[in-house]
Amino acid sequence: MAADRISVEIGAGELVGIVGANGSGKTTFLNLITGYLTPEAGRIFLMGQDRTGLPPRVITRLGVARSFQIPQLYTNLSVLESLLLSLAAQADKGAGFWRPLYRHPWIDEGMETLGRFGLEAYAHRPVNELPEGGRKLLDIALSFALKPNLLLMDEPTSGVSIRDKFQIMDTLIKVVQESRLTTIFVEHDMDVVQRYGRRVLAFNDGRVIADGRPEAVLADPDVRKAVLGRV
Amino acid sequence: METKRLPLAPAVGAGLLLVVPLVLPDWMKFIVTLAMAKFVAVLAVALFLRANLVTFGHAMFYAVGAYAVGFSVKWFGFGDVVVLLPVGALLGAGVAALVGLVIARYREVFFAMLNLAFSMMLYGVLLKLYWLTGGTDGLGVGVPTFLGYAPPREYLRDFLYYTTLGVAGIVIYVVHRFLASPLGFYLRALADNEIRIEYSGESARRVLYHTYVVSGALGGLAGVLVAFTVGHIVPEYSFWIQSGDFVFVALLGGYGSVVGPLIGSIAFEFIRTYASKYFPNEWQMALGIIMLAIILFRPGGLWAIYEALAARVGRRTSERQRA
Repeated sequence: MAADRISVEIGAGELVGIVGANGSGKTTFLNLITGYLTPEAGRIFLMGQDRTGLPPRVITRLGVARSFQIPQLYTNLSVLESLLLSLAAQADKGAGFWRPLYRHPWIDEGMETLGRFGLEAYAHRPVNELPEGGRKLLDIALSFALKPNLLLMDEPTSGVSIRDKFQIMDTLIKVVQESRLTTIFVEHDMDVVQRYGRRVLAFNDGRVIADGRPEAVLADPDVRKAVLGRV
Repeated sequence: METKRLPLAPAVGAGLLLVVPLVLPDWMKFIVTLAMAKFVAVLAVALFLRANLVTFGHAMFYAVGAYAVGFSVKWFGFGDVVVLLPVGALLGAGVAALVGLVIARYREVFFAMLNLAFSMMLYGVLLKLYWLTGGTDGLGVGVPTFLGYAPPREYLRDFLYYTTLGVAGIVIYVVHRFLASPLGFYLRALADNEIRIEYSGESARRVLYHTYVVSGALGGLAGVLVAFTVGHIVPEYSFWIQSGDFVFVALLGGYGSVVGPLIGSIAFEFIRTYASKYFPNEWQMALGIIMLAIILFRPGGLWAIYEALAARVGRRTSERQRA
C-alpha cells in the first residue's frame, strides 16, 4: 500500500520536509492532498474543511498549489506567458475570453515573480530553452503565482547538480519564507531536508515513521535505516 | 509569438481586397467572395490545429449556417443577409454547444473521428429528409436583401463581396482577440500539458468546449455567407470532404496566424479553378503535390513563406541603415 494510516496535521506557515526511500509514499501523499488520487479510506481537511475526493482543479482553486518531480510546463509558450497564465487563472477565476493575457498589472507582477525565482533573464525565451534547474524553478514559480495557502513541492532538486541543488533550495526557501507560505517539500536528500526543513516527516512503506524537528528525526536509527539503508 | 511583417503589407493586402470589385471580372469576384466566406470556416478548424487537434467534421456547422438560410427562404420567404448572419452564427454555436458536450471529452484521433461522425450523421439527415431539405436537389436561396434593401442585380455581387469582406475583417479581429486572451493561450497549452492546466485551477475540457462553441459560430457564419454567394445549398456542405478541404486550406495558408488561412483560402480557390480548367482529370493531383511540398518544405504554410520573406527584407533594411 503506497499510503496507509497517515495522520498528519500541518499548521499555517509551517515549512515541512518529507523524506523517505523510493516507493515510501511521499509522492502518493502529495497526490492525495491535491486530488490526483482519492483515498480509499480516511478524510483530508484543508483549512478546516473536508476536501476529500475533490478534483485537482477544485483543490487548486481552494488554495493548494503543487510542483512536480518532472516539471509540468507549457513548452510551446514563453517563460513569461506561462507565468501570466497562472496569474490569469488566479485573478480571473477562469480563462477570460476577451481581455488580453499581456496586460499591465500582470506583466509587472509576472516579471517581479520571475525575478524572485531568478528567471527574469529567460522571461521572453521559450520554456524548452530553460536549463533543468530553471525548469524546476519555473514549475514552482507557476504554482507560487497562483497565490496558494499551501504549496507542495515534489523533489524540487531532483535531476540537478549538487552545486545547483543548494542554490535552488536557497532561492525557494527565501521566497516561501518571505511570503510566510505553508510549504511541504518532498526530498530524497537528507542533507537538503536537514538544512531547510523546520519540521520533518519520515515515510516508510506508506506510513509516517517519524515526525518532528529535523535533527531528531534524521538521527532516528529507524529513519536512517529506512532512508539510507544503514544506521 | 512575435510576427515579423513587411512594411505596409497588411495595408496593401486590405487595400487590394477593397479594390477587387472595381478591377476584377465578375467570375473572379465570385471566387474571392467564396474564398473569404470559406476562410471563416477554415479559421474555425485552424483554432484546433493550434492545440494539435484536427477536426474532420466542421462542415457540420457550415451546413447548419447554410441550411438556416435555405429554411428561412423556403418557409418564410426571408433572405436578408444582415439578419441571417447572426442567426447562422448563433445556430452554429448552439449546435456546437450540444455536440461539444461530448466532443470536449476526447482528444487526438477520437476528437477527429467523432467530429466526422457527427457531421456525417447530419449529412445523412439532410440527404434523407427530402420533404424538408430537398435531398440531393438541395435548396435555392433566391435573391438576397440587405436590411430590407434589394440591390439592383448588376450590383448584387458587389454587395455580397463587401459584406463578406466586412464579416471576414470582424472575424479576424475577434479571433485575434480570442487568441491573445488567456483562453487563447490555454488553447495552445492544450497541445502541451493538460496536467499543468488542471493544476492552475483551469479546466482543459472547459477550454476546449468554449473554443468549440466559438468555432461552431464561425462555421455557421461561413455557411450563411457561402449560401448567399453560391445561391444553392446541397447536403455536400456537411460531407467529410468539405471538412477535409477546410483542414487542407488551414495547412496550406498556415495556422500560426489569423491571416494565414485567408491567404490559403484565396490561393486554394484559384488553384482549384485553374487546375480544374487546365487539368480537368488531374487537378486533385495538383492539390496533392502542393500539400506535399508545403509539409516537406514549409510546414508553416504560405504564412511561413511570408514571414521568411519579411525577415529577409527586415535584415536587409537594418544592414542598409547600419551602412
